[in-house]
Amino acid sequence: MASTAEMMKEENNWKGGSRPLGARYGKLMMWFFLLSDALTFSGFLTAYGLMRFKYESTWPIAENVFTHFPGLEGDQPLLYVALMTFILIMSSVTMVLAVNAGEKMNRKAVTNWMLWTIVGGFIFVGSQAWEWYHFIIGDSGAIETSRQEILHIYNADGERLSFSQLVHGMEEGHASNHGEIFSKSEVLTSLKSNMEYYLKEPGKEGESFTHQQSVVFLESGDIVQGANMIRNEYGRKQFANFFFFITGFHGFHVFSGVIINFIIFYNVLLGTYEKRGHYRMVEKVGLYWHFVDLVWVFVFTFFYLV
Amino acid sequence: MAEQVGTWWIWKVFWILLVITGVEVILGIIKPEFMLMPYLGTSILNIVFIVLTLVKAGYIVQVFMHVKYEKKALKYALYLPSLILIPYLTFILLTEGTYLFT
Repeated sequence: MASTAEMMKEENNWKGGSRPLGARYGKLMMWFFLLSDALTFSGFLTAYGLMRFKYESTWPIAENVFTHFPGLEGDQPLLYVALMTFILIMSSVTMVLAVNAGEKMNRKAVTNWMLWTIVGGFIFVGSQAWEWYHFIIGDSGAIETSRQEILHIYNADGERLSFSQLVHGMEEGHASNHGEIFSKSEVLTSLKSNMEYYLKEPGKEGESFTHQQSVVFLESGDIVQGANMIRNEYGRKQFANFFFFITGFHGFHVFSGVIINFIIFYNVLLGTYEKRGHYRMVEKVGLYWHFVDLVWVFVFTFFYLV
Repeated sequence: MAEQVGTWWIWKVFWILLVITGVEVILGIIKPEFMLMPYLGTSILNIVFIVLTLVKAGYIVQVFMHVKYEKKALKYALYLPSLILIPYLTFILLTEGTYLFT
């Protein structure tokens, strides 16, 4: 026969007295939301991987696409995105410090660290806007064949040429078009007059074509500068679509995170949590903010490194 | 709740994440020749990137998101679905993907 104490305990279980997960419901709900969000992002990233494996020869190599760094000339692969990663990790750290200060009921420290977290988030969103701007404006330009394949211009030394270098010559032209708009006839005339120039697919082990074939491709095709959802100069159309979608969806998460952080920051200023006697809200938004950082770690690897 | 004293453990994880990211960026820029050999359907370099990423993810989830200090039941509730479903989806898409459009 069960003792009175056990019966009491049994009764408590059914009244919600026991906490099998040892966490409050707000935190649990945040966790389950994050779990489902993690599955969403993994769906996007694996779909990206699938398309990339499928179109290996025309899939752009990320380090040839994202080469800009503010204030620096020439090719700077990975540097800018590394800086963005650093900013996001840093703002994750200030968030942990805010949560930590909240557990000690140190309102001044929470205010300070929350503010830094918001600043970090803003800088990250701004950096992403800058990267999108350069991605959309484009860099070297490319040729789109009548079968919607993207091809890049190369010289006899195997160096990739921009429209600027092709049309204005190697000395006068720049490695980047710097926003200059070219016409198909200009590019076609220059390509025809330089017998050693040819076209090549953008991906790893992409196919090269002869000069004659290249001229035919351009005559029946068109030129592409920059990127949109329909065509982009970097390569396979799906590349830009996935770039816009995945970094856009992540950027939207960061943006909402900044707004949520700001609301919590405002409440800290008002003293809402001081009155409530605990800073659990800071902990909950902290979980969301770390999740945004976690997703970026994966986006960084699968979009820019691998 | 946190059992740790002070904030040194936060900065420790910060340095770990920073160093790993630094190593990834340096490897990504110089791309050492010996690491480009094909391995497991990709290259050794890519495997290194993925392993380093998982280490970083582990630190963020375990320490920053406090899962290390949660009850076993909550750990299972979070880890089991993600560690079963995500590798499963990846496996299915990357193997079956070969048959796309054939």
